[in-house]
Amino acid sequence: MSQEKLELFEVFIRSRRGLDHKHVGSLHAQDHEQALEYARDCYTRRSEGVSIWVVRSRDICASQEEDSESFFDPSDDKPYRLATYYKLPDPVDNM
Amino acid sequence: MKTSADEQELERRFQQRIEDEQKIEPKDWMPAAYRKNLIRQISQHAHSEVIGMQPEGNFLTRAPSLRRKAVLLSKIQDEAGHGLYLYSAAETLGTPRSELIAALQAGEAKYASIFNYPTQTWGDVGAIGWLVDGAAIVNQISLQRTSYGPYARGMVRICKEESFHQRQGYEIMIALAHGSAEQREMAQDSLNRFYWPALMMFGPHDRESAHSARSMQWKIKRETNDDLRQKFIDQTVPQIAFLGLEHPDSGIRWNEERQHYDHGEIDWNEFYAVINGNGHCNRQRMEHHIRAHEEGAWVRDAIAAHREKRGGRKQQVA
Repeated sequence: MSQEKLELFEVFIRSRRGLDHKHVGSLHAQDHEQALEYARDCYTRRSEGVSIWVVRSRDICASQEEDSESFFDPSDDKPYRLATYYKLPDPVDNM
Repeated sequence: MKTSADEQELERRFQQRIEDEQKIEPKDWMPAAYRKNLIRQISQHAHSEVIGMQPEGNFLTRAPSLRRKAVLLSKIQDEAGHGLYLYSAAETLGTPRSELIAALQAGEAKYASIFNYPTQTWGDVGAIGWLVDGAAIVNQISLQRTSYGPYARGMVRICKEESFHQRQGYEIMIALAHGSAEQREMAQDSLNRFYWPALMMFGPHDRESAHSARSMQWKIKRETNDDLRQKFIDQTVPQIAFLGLEHPDSGIRWNEERQHYDHGEIDWNEFYAVINGNGHCNRQRMEHHIRAHEEGAWVRDAIAAHREKRGGRKQQVA
């Protein structure tokens, strides 16, 4: 059994020109080329996309949900970054 | 130079894609001139975001309250982020950011000339948020429909973030305009000094704009300089009236037939003088950018040294 040697890839699909690639799932493959073809076969059987990205899962560096309190904390007390924080009188509120 | 039949076919397909309102994406074939035009425009836009931090940064230590200081700091932080989005979009066209910044520092690349005006009073910080960001938003809303995908997507993100910038500026203006006689005078003075340069941000008249026609054909630009400027003029009139300030343009008149405001002529001599390096702060802005860049060299060196050291250690373990 040699399946254990296959690498995990993350798959991103652009559903239509002009949109971002969105993560849709992952798959095992030997290399990038094979991952692209597998992704086509697996994830775009119903014309879900016009472009595919594959990225080795181990190349993805992710923040940890358990750390999110301290990690995202700096923006919690900054409501003034939102437009709704500024109350303007009705006649000029459309900016 | 003779273009091959293949290239003509590629160009035809490219233009067809544009006509069909489809976005061009980084790996698509595109005419060299389209690429060049985009790199020029996006990098100029990025430089503007970055240089634009300077006039506002000038008031960070003198903002009148802790709240105003926090808001201004946040806004400036946003501008840095916008610069980053835009440099990244430009890099998808194959030119590294370091080259773009080198071109700025060598004076080969431009940035919005509005940032060559000094911020002299707190009122100027209000006027910049209200008028300068307001004008930028009008332009950027239009650019959300630009034909190059990464640029369009960057604009969507930027417009979303930018909405607070104009509102905080106008809030400053309201406080001043409804304040003491001195404060009202400060608000009027800032409006007077920033109104005309804000109109110039949309660029020369369409008939004199060097890049306009081609950019419109490629749908890099979606609306002409004059149309965008008119939108801004129209939306600003009631905002000035609400503040109870005097409109800086004595020629401003509602035109029932056009359903737009007629307006006085912009001083284009001033526009070209500032663009060509003779504004109040051109030299200061560039010197500051270069100094900050050079003073940051140790950080870049430290990062490189750390990477090398860590790489070396990993090899030892292996």
